[in-house]
Amino acid sequence: MSPTTRDGGRRAPSRVARLFRSRTTQGFLFTAPLLALFAAFVIYPMAFGVWYALDADSYRALFSDPTFRQTVVNTLWYVGFAVNVKLVLALLLSGILDFQFAWIRVLAALFLIPWAVPALPGILSFRWMLNSQWGIFNHLLGKFGFASVPWLAQHDTALGAVIVFHIWKYLPFWTIIFLAGRRAIPIELYEATAIDGASALQNFRHVTFPLLRNLYLICTLLSMVFTLGDFTVPWLLTGGAPGDSTHVLATLAYRYTFQMGRLEWGLATFAVALPVTLGFIGLLLRWVKI
Amino acid sequence: MSAPGRRKRRGLQVGLSLLAIVILGWTLFPVYYMLLLSFTPTDDLFQPGFYVEHPTVRSYTYTMGADNPFVRYFWHQIGNSLVVALWAMALVAAVAALGSFAMARLHFRFRRFVSGLTLFTYVIPSSFLAIPFFKMMADYDLIDTKLSLILAMVTFAAPYALWVLSDYARSLPPEIEEAGAIDGAGTIATFLHLYLPLIRPPLIAIGTYAFLYAWNEYLYALLLLTGEPRVTLPVAMSNFLTTDNAPWNLLMAVSTVYAIPPVVLYYCFKRYLVSGLVSGAVAGT
Repeated sequence: MSPTTRDGGRRAPSRVARLFRSRTTQGFLFTAPLLALFAAFVIYPMAFGVWYALDADSYRALFSDPTFRQTVVNTLWYVGFAVNVKLVLALLLSGILDFQFAWIRVLAALFLIPWAVPALPGILSFRWMLNSQWGIFNHLLGKFGFASVPWLAQHDTALGAVIVFHIWKYLPFWTIIFLAGRRAIPIELYEATAIDGASALQNFRHVTFPLLRNLYLICTLLSMVFTLGDFTVPWLLTGGAPGDSTHVLATLAYRYTFQMGRLEWGLATFAVALPVTLGFIGLLLRWVKI
Repeated sequence: MSAPGRRKRRGLQVGLSLLAIVILGWTLFPVYYMLLLSFTPTDDLFQPGFYVEHPTVRSYTYTMGADNPFVRYFWHQIGNSLVVALWAMALVAAVAALGSFAMARLHFRFRRFVSGLTLFTYVIPSSFLAIPFFKMMADYDLIDTKLSLILAMVTFAAPYALWVLSDYARSLPPEIEEAGAIDGAGTIATFLHLYLPLIRPPLIAIGTYAFLYAWNEYLYALLLLTGEPRVTLPVAMSNFLTTDNAPWNLLMAVSTVYAIPPVVLYYCFKRYLVSGLVSGAVAGT
């Protein structure tokens, strides 16, 4: 690689020049902007947050706060229930969208709309539909002679609304992911089972699902981690109301930090979820290659 | 095809169409309702229905004309959103183009470390870092500047961009470096003149991704920007909610305008916006 001095005019490269020609140095130089961003805005805030969250007093305060305990339960519902319902539905729907009819393509395109529309307009639309006085749902209930429901003014239905919105908004994205996964399965496998006279259910059990299992697990982990940190949907749909009963970790941390001025509580709220998050991330780092 | 086969196929189509109607109702109704409200005159707002009896574009003319206290700073706010999103787009494209060249073409020693850190940034929920980030920006006196929001957006949009670009770059033939070496081009010249033109298609796509990421962002914008003329559009819209008698038809008109650019871009670049994740996951099997 390095030029020699034998051919007269060329000088031996100095040590500095050789250093700059090494792949490691060049690699570092090309990735330097990225590494600087990650160090400054991911690693440093992380270390800062963990440092603040080391104070045991914060945790005593948190765990004696009934709002916090309720928040943990809400978050488990949100992450455990909403994500899994959504992904099971996405897996099933991807099977429907995989049919080779022309009109299915139109359906697939329209089905993507909630994913393309930003969260905020969708949330606003849900909020108005669920409005207890002028919302369309209570209007319909009234028409059929039922009592109106204060959807966003009681804990169960308000948390339910957050879960339903989450499914509405993010179902299309995961459905396309699974659809792409299904399309990557070699067609020969299905041709082989067709010779054996396999039913659709048998195809799913013995070909589709085993081959999608890894993708499914990775998507579950990813979606759980993303949802664990979700702030926008719960905050804008309920804002924790009624009476701070529908907070999730991210919105409660916001409340502690910016509405109550308790920075250390806010950071401790995230620190509670950090071990689980890091465990999930560890699994993902082992499974996903980039 | 035999007659029973055709009948079976017909039955399948009927079953699927019924399902499709349910799916479409569920998918489209909230969007339809948003559009419906945006065309509803204020007097009819409190009589819910499935269609507009007296459609009006007044909410839109108010919005565009900034002719209502609620939308007084509409053009400022959409401008702020646009500036932040465009900067995020340009910087993410630059940072990811440089990074992907190293990751895919240089085979340097600490590649696994960089890719681990990248994946970590992609996966860690950005809200976990929001409070320390806010504190940091406050310490540097950068609160209420677009720069702080842009830095956050670039950081969180870069991993996925790097992922997609590296994936694409790995599929390019090895002749690039060889051609560069024959011409006596150094690494930088190879990058600029040979590599960059080749990765233009995915570069445009990940630029779009970064634009959308910043355009849709709510939490960081809420934390970092204050003051009506300086916030981005989503923050301004959420401020509507704090008032008791929010004009919902106006709010929905603003929502519709705000949703149009992402919808257009998502449909144009759909393929690129999911492919990276899948190829990563499928490669991991």
